[in-house]
Parts: sequence; C-alpha cells; structure tokens
Amino acid sequence: MDLQLFGQQLINGVSLGALYGLIAVGYTMVYGIIRLINFAHGDIVMMSCYFAFFGYALFNLPWWAAFLGATALTTLLGMLIDMGAYRPVRNAPRISALITAIGVSFLLENFALVVWGGRPKAFFRPDIFGQVVSIGNVHILLLSIWTPAITISLLLALLYIIHRTKAGIAMRALARDMETTRLMGVNVNRIISLTFALGSAMAAAGGMMWAMKYPQVNPFLGVIPGLKAFVSAVLGGIGNVAGAVVGGFVLGVAEILLVAVAPALAGYRDAIAFVVLIVILLFRPTGIMGEPIVDK
Amino acid sequence: MSVNQQSRESMPTRRWRNRLLTLMGLVLFSLYLLWAENYGSDYLIRILNNTAIFITLAVSYNLINGITGQLSLGPNAFIAIGAYTSALLTLSPAEKQLSFIIEPIIWPLSVIQIPFFWTLVAAGIVTAFFAFLMGFPVFRVRGDYLAIVTLGFGEVVRAVANNLQTITNGPLGLKGLQAYTNLWWSWGFATITVAVIVRLVNSSFGLAMKAGRENEVAASAMGVNVFRANMLAFTLSAFFQGVAGGLLAHLVTTISPTLFTFFFTFNLLTIIVAGGLGSTTGAVIGSFLFSFGGEWLRAVEEPMEIFGLDIPGIPGMRMVIFSVILIFLMIFVRRGIMGRNEFSWDWLLERSPLGRVFRGGGK
Amino acid sequence: MSSLLSISKLTMEFGGLTAVNEFALELLPGELVGLIGPNGAGKTTVFNMITGNLVPTRGTIVFAGNPINGEKPHRITARGIARTFQNIRLFTDLTVLENVMVSCHFRVRSSFLSAILGLPGYQREAKAGEEASWDLLNVVGLPHLAREKAGGLPYGQQRRLEIARALATRPEVILLDEPAAGMNPAETESLIQLILKIRREYGLTVLLIEHDMTVVMGICERLKVLDYGHTIAEGTPEEIQNNERVIQAYLGERRLA
Repeated sequence: MDLQLFGQQLINGVSLGALYGLIAVGYTMVYGIIRLINFAHGDIVMMSCYFAFFGYALFNLPWWAAFLGATALTTLLGMLIDMGAYRPVRNAPRISALITAIGVSFLLENFALVVWGGRPKAFFRPDIFGQVVSIGNVHILLLSIWTPAITISLLLALLYIIHRTKAGIAMRALARDMETTRLMGVNVNRIISLTFALGSAMAAAGGMMWAMKYPQVNPFLGVIPGLKAFVSAVLGGIGNVAGAVVGGFVLGVAEILLVAVAPALAGYRDAIAFVVLIVILLFRPTGIMGEPIVDK
Repeated sequence: MSVNQQSRESMPTRRWRNRLLTLMGLVLFSLYLLWAENYGSDYLIRILNNTAIFITLAVSYNLINGITGQLSLGPNAFIAIGAYTSALLTLSPAEKQLSFIIEPIIWPLSVIQIPFFWTLVAAGIVTAFFAFLMGFPVFRVRGDYLAIVTLGFGEVVRAVANNLQTITNGPLGLKGLQAYTNLWWSWGFATITVAVIVRLVNSSFGLAMKAGRENEVAASAMGVNVFRANMLAFTLSAFFQGVAGGLLAHLVTTISPTLFTFFFTFNLLTIIVAGGLGSTTGAVIGSFLFSFGGEWLRAVEEPMEIFGLDIPGIPGMRMVIFSVILIFLMIFVRRGIMGRNEFSWDWLLERSPLGRVFRGGGK
Repeated sequence: MSSLLSISKLTMEFGGLTAVNEFALELLPGELVGLIGPNGAGKTTVFNMITGNLVPTRGTIVFAGNPINGEKPHRITARGIARTFQNIRLFTDLTVLENVMVSCHFRVRSSFLSAILGLPGYQREAKAGEEASWDLLNVVGLPHLAREKAGGLPYGQQRRLEIARALATRPEVILLDEPAAGMNPAETESLIQLILKIRREYGLTVLLIEHDMTVVMGICERLKVLDYGHTIAEGTPEEIQNNERVIQAYLGERRLA
C-alpha cells in the first residue's frame, strides 16, 4: 500500500475515531458516576440525527440552527431518560438498572422504526463540510478535518468543566465515592443529570457529524457505533474522559487500517471491536489511561 | 421439641411424597402431550413446541441472570451457534453439497452426519465452549462487562455466519432440515433442563452463585470462588441454550443469519423478568404466558377493526409494546410474578383441601 | 511459640494519601488483640489488606509460615483467616441458615455433576455442611430463626449471624470489625461472652477492631493504637489507658473510660 493511500486511510481512521471518541465520552462519564452501562446512549446518537434531519427537512431551518436545536433536544432526551427510567432504579440491584437501560434502548430503536419508518433517510451535508480538498492523489472531505478538530475542542471544553468548575469537581467526587460526597451536601441527582446532559450533548455532536459522514439515517444506526464507542471507553480507561477520546482514535484508526491492509476481512470489521475488548480485558483491564475502579 | 426439630424429623417422608407428586404430574402431562400429538391442531402443537423451547431457554437464562445476578445478553448468539452446529451435523453429505452452491463446505463437515440426539449434545458442548472462552476474561475483571461482551459477541456471530461461506453457507443459510423436533424431543429436553437446573440451584453450588449475587465481597470472604461460580453458571446456561438452538433449527427447518436477532434475547429477558428474576418457576410461567399470549400480541401488527374503525397494522409496534412492558416491570413490578420464590408441593398442599389427603406426618 | 500471623512494614497508599504506614504485628496463637484508634485511622484498611480485599503497597503478611499478601480473598479464607464486616454484609435475600451454609461450600470436593446427579459423595458433604451450620446457629443462639430471611433480622442478631458464618469457614484466626457497633450494654455484654466462648471452644486467635471501650478493656489482652495510619502506641489496656498520645488522639471523639 503506497504512502498516499496510507495517508488517506489514516485520515479516515482519525475522523472515524473522533466520532467514536465523542460518543464514548457519554458512556465513560455515566459509568464512572453510577456504574451503569447506558445501553440507550447509542440510540440517543440516532435520535439526534433524526432531530437534525427533521429540523432541516421539515422545518426548513438553516443547517446550523438544525444542529443547535438537535443538540438541545438530545440533551433534554438524555436527561429525561435518566430522570424517568434510571432514577427510579438507582437503589435497586445493578442488574435492574442494566435491564432498564436495555429496555430504553430497544424502545428508542423501535419507536423510531414505527414513527419514522425503516427506510433510511438521506441526511444533508452543507458545503462547509461537504467540499472535497485534494492534496496530490489524496482526496479529503472537509468534514474529515472538521471532525477531529471539533472533537478535540469539545474535549478540552469538557475537561475544563470537569476539572475547573464546582459542578465538575462534584462529578469526579461522586465517581470516586458517592456516599461521602452525598454526605458533604452535594445534590447527587442534579449532578447525575448534568452528567447525562453533557454526555448527550457530546453524543449529539458526534451523531450529526456521523450523519454527515454516512448520510443514511436509519433507526438502528446507533447500535454498532454505540458498541464500538463503549469498547473505546474501556480501551481508554473507563471513567476517564480524555481516555475515552484516545480510545476512540485508537479503535477508529485500527479498524480502518486493518481493513485497508486486509480487504478480505472487510466483512468482519465490526468484530474487530469485540476482539479488542477481549484483548483489553485479558491484558490491561484498566485501559490505556485508567485507574482501577474500587467498589466499596 | 422445637419447631425446627419437628420439621427435620418429617423431612424424608416429605421429600418422597413430593417426588411422587412430581412424578404423577409428569405422567399426567405426558398423557396430555400424547393426546395433543394425535388429536391436537397444528396450531396447538406449534405453540406447545415453542413453549417447551422457551422453557429450556428461559430457565437456563435465569440461571445466569437471575440466580447468579450477572447480566448476559448472549442467548441469541448461543442459540445461533447451537442451531448451526446441530444443522450441519444432521444434514447428509448429499444435502450439504446441494445447499452449498457458492462455496463447498469444508471437510470434515462435508462427510459427517450423526443422529439427531448427538447433534444436540454437540450443539450444547460447542456453545458452552464459546461461553467458556468469553467468560474467562470477563469474570476475571468485572462481571459488569458481561452484558457488553455478550452483546458484541452477538454481532460477531452474525458477521461470522454471514461471511464464513465454507461453514455456514453465508446469507443463504441452511434449508431443508429434517423436522426432527416434536413434542417429545422439545418437552423431553425442557424437563431435563429444568431438572438439572433445579438440582443445581438447590445444591451448594447454587448457594454459592446466589451468595455472589447478593454480595460478592462477602461471598469471597466466606471462601466462595466467585469467578468459578460465575463461569459455571454462564457455561452451563450456554450449553442449554445451544441445545435449544438445535431443537429450534429442526422445528423451523430453515436457518439463516437473520433469524437470531437481539429481539430474541430481548424476549427472553422480558420473560424471566416478568416471571420473576431468580425464580425457575417464574421462568416456566413466563414461557407459557409468552408463548400462548404472544400470539395475540402479533395481532397488533395486523390491520384490525375496533368499534367500526379501521386501524392499520403497524409493524414494529409489538416491539415497542414489549420494551414498554419491560421498563414498566423494572420500575414498578421488579419482583415479577414469583419474585425469587419457587413452586413447592408443600406450599400448594397447605392451601388446598385436597392437600389434607396427602399430608401424612409432619405439619 | 512462633507467631501465627506475622505482619511487618505493611503500608497502603492511595494516590498521594498514606492510609496505613508501616503497620506491624506479631499475633501469637490463642491471643485476643485489639486494634483501636479514632475513625479513619486505617484500622479497617489493615483488615482489608490481611484478608486480600486490598493489595498492600508495601510490606509482608505471613500466616502460619506462608506469605499471603496479594492473594485473593477466598484463598485467604481457605487458609484459615475469617472476618466480619464493619457494615454488615449479610446475604439479605437468603435465609439465616443459608447464610451460614455458604461458608461450607468451599470445602465441598465433589463436582457440580455429583451435585446434580445427587451422588452419595456430594450428599455426604452437603449433609455435613448443613449439620455444621445448625451447630453454629445453636452456638450463637439463632436456630429458631433459621428459615427467616437474613435481611429481616433485628440488628443485634444480624451481627451474631455475621459471626456465625465467619466461624463456619473453620478459621484459625478471626478478624472482628466493630462487632459491638450499635449495641446496647446488655447486647454488648452477651457479645463479649460469645466472643470468649467461641475463642475457647474453637481455639481461635482473635484480632478485634472496636470503639466500645467496655469490650476493649474487658477482653483484649493487648492493644495496638492507630492514628492517621501510624501506630502511636501498643501495650496492655491498662498501659494504653494512661498513654498521653492516645488520649490526645481520641480527644476529638471521646475520652477512654
């Protein structure tokens, strides 16, 4: 494989990885704070795509307004799911919350199927993202440059929130020791809601860039990316926000390069994430940047 | 004599009485199956077969999710593996040659053909083997990851089934399987599954699994090897799901990668939650309810007339309703029908007037 | 007599924090030693390191001649060290009898197949476990509650059940983490009697964390005092009672009786 093709694939991998990273952030934050794998998270990504689609196609909003509106709605949806479905089972055994999450995930998928139909919808792609830039034989969508850039910016903003604001510190404290933090007067439910809000907002950003990259929006589009994003979160160190993005990049690049190097394995590309997960669990369960999670 | 001394005295008699009652129950049910086989409608037979297979699936699924408290999302993958394993072993070499039109099937599968019963055993063993491989890294780290790993495994199985032309025949799948599965096979295995799992759960090993579920740290402190308990539950559960897959394959006679979707697992999850997570009896009850009651839920997707209004059929509505039911159960009726309780003859006899006839010694 | 449990330079560090600093202990067979100190001094952390729930940052723990630091908790229990927990960790949905029977499982040598088939080897082991469990329930005074769910028991009896199931693992050393917490004087007195009785009848060596000075002064043969992870004093209860440093450490909480 020549250098130019390699470069092309690398850029593809980085842009895909950035998307995994954005989605992974939501998983890692929620797991870190309430030890719940939010199965519905991938489907929240899907919902953001539909929200943006309808904002643009039905309400004729300019694309940036559709994106903003979709982000707001998605954030609201994430918080609603937490309050409506997860909070009632907060004190129940862990398996109850997991099952509820699966229920919500399934509900979102089939709700979308029933209401919007199974036929994929063609997503819009504004010129600022859709233009193709050529360097020699390498052709890059502007989107592929925007995606990692936006991802890193959002990550930095999120890290600022987590490390420099009171709410963010409360989030980290809750993740470390919920009981003590609660006793110190922190409004646990509100901080958890905030966690879901931030994660969902990031997921929305990821979702809309995903829909521009792969412009066929269908009710099940969040399933596999969601799984891969979770693997990214584990790869980077579950509970670690920067790690989730790092993990996403690693997984995205690995996936693209592997298929480029061995095209015969193309049918198995989704299985790569699974293999990565098993390998991490076998050899480095705490992930690239993680600390061991201690349960009291 | 204290109350407990009393109950200890009459325990052996009670045990034999209960065994006799169970035996009688089985005999009666067998007679019913005999009748159904000869005089029942096709519809009834189909539902009875489905119920038996669901019982096998639900009771084994309850072992890992309910008794051991580790959430597995593996059933659809395990059923698929079992189905393919069994099918590939019952098909004759000639049939395989006919089916595998894109690429020929690999040796030795091309020449093997073994009796149905042994293909089911093989299905169970192969499936259990994969479960063992998966369980190992997961349970060593955190049981939390089991859900995601098994979910991912489902995708892998689907990808493999679609791509491994020389073994699975890819998207074409396997057709023309002999309809070996009848009421005796399905209910026979259902009975064996229930018997094995009940005995396991009532043993020291079952107690260890429950302890791990209740409080993993305390269980370890009391000497329980929680890793081993989890592995046993997961592997055994997969074994029976593999067997059920083989039975299913020879009931529907055609299998393909699209048959074993996550919806299958989701249904099982709803069944055991509704029946009572942690109760084998609940899993059985849930299976009956789902099988007999699920039929009319299918009607929601057909067009129908209510009060003179034509309501169009809505595909996918069934699944929306199921997910709402599951969420509702988890939030409001978490214990399901049986909670964690099991059926016992003692409980029944204490409450029925007929019971006085059977109650001999001991109160 | 050589030590049954020999701990030296045991240290636990979390991030930048030193929870336990170079803890040392020589526990002789049959002793009843108390580990005391203000809240947060690191006492339970020491227990957690002994039982394998935490891997020490530094130091060694030798039990009956074998080093055990870093071993998994269930293996340490199998070696003969049992414990109770500060926050009761009973199997709430299991019955009282079942809670004790769990501790008998690790001794079962038969395979799960024997259990499923009901082979005589397994039957024998199961019966032995059940009988041992009934005996222990009698010792702690709970046989009448055998079929009750553990979660429904009153607090004092839950603590006794904790002790029963720890005993069921047939330990040589038992670690009791605040067994008298939340008990009234009458319950405390009967707990003291229970501890002395089991120590005598089962030949146990006891290491005890306690805040209740009636218990500490009443039955401990010697004490080690921790404060902020450091051992600030050791000696007999009488010596400790008059130790300036110890009194200072407790001044924020309460005075020694």
